[in-house]
Amino acid sequence: MIQAVFEPGGDAATALYIVAFSLFIVGIKRGTHPTTAKQGNLIAAGGMAIAVVTTLLLDGIGNWGLIAVGLGVGTAVGVIASIRVQMTEMPQMVALYNGVGGGAVALIAWSEIRHGISLGEDIPLDELIPVLFAAVVGSVSFWGSNIAFAKLQDLIPTKPLAVPGQQVINAVLLIGILAACVNIALNPGDPNQAVFIGILIAAALLGNLVVLPIGGADMPVVISLLNAFTGLSAAAAGFALDNVVLIVAGTLVGSSGTILTMEMATAMNRSVSNVLFAGFGGAPSGGGGGDGEERPHTSIGAQDAAIKLAYADTVTIVPGYGLAVAQAQHAIKEVADELESRGVTVNYAIHPVAGRMPGHMNVLLAEADVPYEQLKEMEEINPEMPRTDVAVVVGANDVTNPAAKNDPESPIAGMPIIEVSEAQQVIVIKRSLSPGFAGIDNDLFYEPNTSMLFADAKAAAGEIASEIAQL
Amino acid sequence: MTLFTEITIFVLAVFVGFEVISKVPTTLHTPLMSQTNAIHGIVMLGGLIVVGYANDPLEYVIGTIAIAFGAINIVGGFMVTDRMLGMFAKKPKPKAEGDGKGGAG
Repeated sequence: MIQAVFEPGGDAATALYIVAFSLFIVGIKRGTHPTTAKQGNLIAAGGMAIAVVTTLLLDGIGNWGLIAVGLGVGTAVGVIASIRVQMTEMPQMVALYNGVGGGAVALIAWSEIRHGISLGEDIPLDELIPVLFAAVVGSVSFWGSNIAFAKLQDLIPTKPLAVPGQQVINAVLLIGILAACVNIALNPGDPNQAVFIGILIAAALLGNLVVLPIGGADMPVVISLLNAFTGLSAAAAGFALDNVVLIVAGTLVGSSGTILTMEMATAMNRSVSNVLFAGFGGAPSGGGGGDGEERPHTSIGAQDAAIKLAYADTVTIVPGYGLAVAQAQHAIKEVADELESRGVTVNYAIHPVAGRMPGHMNVLLAEADVPYEQLKEMEEINPEMPRTDVAVVVGANDVTNPAAKNDPESPIAGMPIIEVSEAQQVIVIKRSLSPGFAGIDNDLFYEPNTSMLFADAKAAAGEIASEIAQL
Repeated sequence: MTLFTEITIFVLAVFVGFEVISKVPTTLHTPLMSQTNAIHGIVMLGGLIVVGYANDPLEYVIGTIAIAFGAINIVGGFMVTDRMLGMFAKKPKPKAEGDGKGGAG
């Protein structure tokens, strides 16, 4: 149907692939600043277009009807999803994209094995090993990401679901997968396809079992880790297919996921293995025990809050995932606008895990037109806290809990927090005193300089904004 | 390509990746993730290649799904990243231009 122009692995195709991955790198490099990032994204997309067109023009590309169906369906789904998705739903979206990416790699690996069998020759080990790696990691990513998606979308409980003997089952699955891989590698002339399908299924189970027990609060780590996995699986597919652009692009994605995973784990003061295997992040043992007693706290209304804010010089807003759930980012922006029109300096303190994926809160606030100069990172804002007149905590909980600093016995001890209790006054907008993801009481709520405003974040912010306007 | 050429490329790409990506600020981590999702869509190339030598119904199905998955990554990833970055780029600083830089001049 289309005249083949390039020889697979030939000079022309390879040269174009090199152009493509160079554009990916330039694109990501441009992504280091908000003003150039949009252009960088277009450059990377241009690189992708070059890579895809080059491949379509390779000798040996065929079954055009199937290619058209695949491209058509995938494009339609991609376009609709990217237009419809809400910014609050970005973590689910990225989880789903991780999943389909891993799934694609696993399917390609399966195809490669079948192709090798049909040729009837020995599959060289430097092709077979990457194929097996791609199959395992791709399948783990696909199923793990689907579980992460289901948890984020509240299709299944976000609480850790512990299966008894979990670690043992995982270890047995992993050993089984490795043994099956060795079995295939020892028979490169005639790999057993049933064993290969067994590997895909065992890896699928492993993906399910590893992510199921992980709680909602740990999702930023999990999503980043799955991102790294899918990247590595693509690089492995590149080794198997001798394709340089796959190797480089997959490695870039793998690096990105790895860096984000480490940053998220650091922000929670936990190791990655602790996140994966400890089953924390939902309700730790004994977490619900403290519900019985009521500790004294100060409760105020929207009007009092408005007065405190309007007569302050500096106000720092500390948004958490609750703000996203209540869709309160626009209402908060109104409060900030009212305050700024009165000459109050307003900043936003963003905890690295304030949201359900890396950088999520920044996107939500950008959606509400908050200038990115006002978005301060934790390390930047904490030294400013003692000079802050009023800190407003909206829908954030664990990341403000002074127990992380003061109580070595606390389950979140050592977790870096936004030190709002250092501010002159604190207003916490929250529905109730109920604990956050970590399942523990927040000492902040009971401090003498803290006032609780019990309300829905969006409604409360709207009221405060109109109260300030009337002052 | 020999195995060691490929490993060389891989190792260098690891260093380039860490170097470039560690400079992306926290603010832009979500768009970075959706953009790397899109770049990961490069696996669609693998789907295009394997569907070329597919010759039974199961392989047709496997290859077509792989292409569709890859296309979702590419199209959805780049588009949603563009949407997000549009929010950041919307207005660099309409007000701050007056107070910050104007004062110096």
